[in-house]
Amino acid sequence: MLLAGGQGSRLGVLTSKVAKPAVAFGGKYRIIDFPLSNCINSGIDTVGVLTQYQPLRLNTHIGIGIPWDLDRSFGGVSILPPYEKSGSSEWYTGTANAIYQNLDYMETFHPDYVLILSGDHIYKMDYEVMLEYHKANHADVTIAAMPVPMEEASRFGIVVADEDGQITEFQEKPPQPKSNLASMGIYIFNWSVLKESLIMLKAVHGCDFGKHIIPYCHGKGNKLFAYEYNGYWKDVGTLSSYWEANMELIDIIPEFNLYEEFWKIYTNSDTLPPQYISSESVIEKSIISNGCEIYGEVRNCVIGAGVIIGKGSVVRDSIIMQDVTIGDGCVIDKAIIAESTQIGCRCTLGIGSEAPNKLKPSIYSFGLVTIGENSRIPDGIQIGKNTAISGVTVKEDYPNGLLESGETLIKAGEHA
Amino acid sequence: MRAVGLILAGGNSHRMRELTRKRAVAAMPLAGSYRAIDFVLSNMSNSHVQKVAVLTQYNARSLNEHLNSSKWWNFGRKQGGLYVFTPTITMDNGYWYRGTADAIFQNLDFLRKCHEPYVIIASGDAVYKMDYNKILEYHIAKKSDITVVCKELDSFEEASRFGTIKMNDSMRIEKFEEKPMVATSNIISTGIYVIRRRLLIDLIEHCAEEGRHNFVTDILIRYKNLKKIYGYKIKDYWSNISTVEAYYQTNMDFLKPEVRNYFFKELPEIYSKVSDLPPAKYNPGAVVKNSIVASGSIINGTVENSILFKKTFVGNNCVIKNSIILNDVYLGDNTYIENCIVESRDTIRANTRHVGENGIKVVVERNERYAL
Repeated sequence: MLLAGGQGSRLGVLTSKVAKPAVAFGGKYRIIDFPLSNCINSGIDTVGVLTQYQPLRLNTHIGIGIPWDLDRSFGGVSILPPYEKSGSSEWYTGTANAIYQNLDYMETFHPDYVLILSGDHIYKMDYEVMLEYHKANHADVTIAAMPVPMEEASRFGIVVADEDGQITEFQEKPPQPKSNLASMGIYIFNWSVLKESLIMLKAVHGCDFGKHIIPYCHGKGNKLFAYEYNGYWKDVGTLSSYWEANMELIDIIPEFNLYEEFWKIYTNSDTLPPQYISSESVIEKSIISNGCEIYGEVRNCVIGAGVIIGKGSVVRDSIIMQDVTIGDGCVIDKAIIAESTQIGCRCTLGIGSEAPNKLKPSIYSFGLVTIGENSRIPDGIQIGKNTAISGVTVKEDYPNGLLESGETLIKAGEHA
Repeated sequence: MRAVGLILAGGNSHRMRELTRKRAVAAMPLAGSYRAIDFVLSNMSNSHVQKVAVLTQYNARSLNEHLNSSKWWNFGRKQGGLYVFTPTITMDNGYWYRGTADAIFQNLDFLRKCHEPYVIIASGDAVYKMDYNKILEYHIAKKSDITVVCKELDSFEEASRFGTIKMNDSMRIEKFEEKPMVATSNIISTGIYVIRRRLLIDLIEHCAEEGRHNFVTDILIRYKNLKKIYGYKIKDYWSNISTVEAYYQTNMDFLKPEVRNYFFKELPEIYSKVSDLPPAKYNPGAVVKNSIVASGSIINGTVENSILFKKTFVGNNCVIKNSIILNDVYLGDNTYIENCIVESRDTIRANTRHVGENGIKVVVERNERYAL
């Protein structure tokens, strides 16, 4: 059961129209491709994707699951939005509440085990190995946990386990962590245990796995085990971690390797034509997707499909998503530009000081320029750092042709 | 659906030299991410021809594999479909296809069972975009028996590779010479024909009774005066890849923005089988100029005026110039490749040098490759 209903509000304008799992990553992928590909590579052929916030992009992307071999006559992928019932109807109020509202869906398959995943993490994991571990320990619940540096442990939900892996205690963001194993939000439940605890706690508003279900099971004496995961795992929930995770892909030997044959990441890609690099281009340490036409300089970037970068433009340290056009003579530094945006000619993005964003300092404060999808920036505009822009903007929106660092420009009808 | 498509992709071309050792001409990789047959298949699908039969024979394995599913080109399964016919032994017939007409004859049942009134015959090795409905309208308006799509070439020498045509003022074909020693016309047949299904079945049956097997010489040329055969001239880009030089040039044409825009940016699209490869990676040391790069490639060296197909690995300090590197090639450090076509799945060891001195060199090097 893949939880993909969250907004990911800390991604600002990137998620104003799409759910976080539908945000592009690594050029041609979307965040949800990673857990979905993990499922099919692990041999899981029945996946329910729970959507809620702005699911349109997700629905179109997943379709009937063809790219992940999840178009099956029995099972396969099903999109599960909240729906009206004859008794009570409510939106999904929490992770466990969402799963509870889909008990009927799960029941049709009479599963022995249910794997709960979230759709907004970047990692590769063979869930079958975790299931073997769960079975070998005769566990009721297995929680995947990964070791984090002890100094950081207080930011996470910590599980404390004995030498056999059995969990003895939970600590939610503890000031004094007793272990450095952070819960990854990936659970395997025995079906009966999951059903019982969901029904028992159905009245809890905002019922959440980490806060309610797991402590309930633990308190009841269920056998809980911690499955230690040591690979690359990134929660790309903030603009800074999102940007960093993308940039890590362009290292010479990236820690997260998209190029290995053995564990492929599949996506619903419709852009076939290869990319064209002109004689005036300079490409350095970047990844570029299909269909691009590059006439300028690209350094340290992640470029999505169908992007056109004009002559004389320089794009550095940026993430440019699908179908963006950047005009001639631009200079772009540390920007995240979302899909189908058009940047005019001779624009400069990412200049000036790193003054924190005035409207939402916690979201836009990593020195980035964030531009939402389908936006338009006219010719000759200068944009500072820690800015957010969304919508079709015109010259008149920029006093002196400049958007100062820390400013936000959201056109009517859009949201920050 | 007024027409059913018939794609002749069974032939061999010796002028492709070593390149046809691995695959049929229709399966030749093209423009970085495609195969030659994708163009005609996409044209069929975009012209709303829902049922297409591909006749394969020579070196058919990779072509058959490429055509394993109709869904890549949006052919239906319930209404229509993509059929692949490789010769098979039956009670009446143990022959391979003995010619283009024989290939159709051995699959005549397929045509008999169709309900579509017209057949569009095309070859699998030409690169072009076409709405076959326009030809069909013309065919119907002219009350033509067979319509041959033709193109005017720039020179007479080029034309001697093809069937040359002379038409009268009302576009009726008066002279048809197949691969003449000296071409007397620069208008050539593109190998695309429109014909009424029942007439095709008739003509093919007659051909078979007479022990004749070639569509062009035994039907088109022989019936030139008996049937109304008209020419339809096209002006847009059309290229046939049956020689190494033509194949090289057609690929290099995609370095021109007009050609790329025409095929990739203008609707309708060209479809192909999706291959789930990651984006191309440019490591420090990569210098790429005026080139096309397909997905899955990892570049550490210099690439100029070249086409890199899928999953190319270019090692450190490599120099690739004016070359075509086919799918899944590993180029070791310090290799120098100029004016070559490097066969797919080759592994070129470090410090190798290949230069096509007099014309294009086809490089086939199968060395041990260690998994990276």
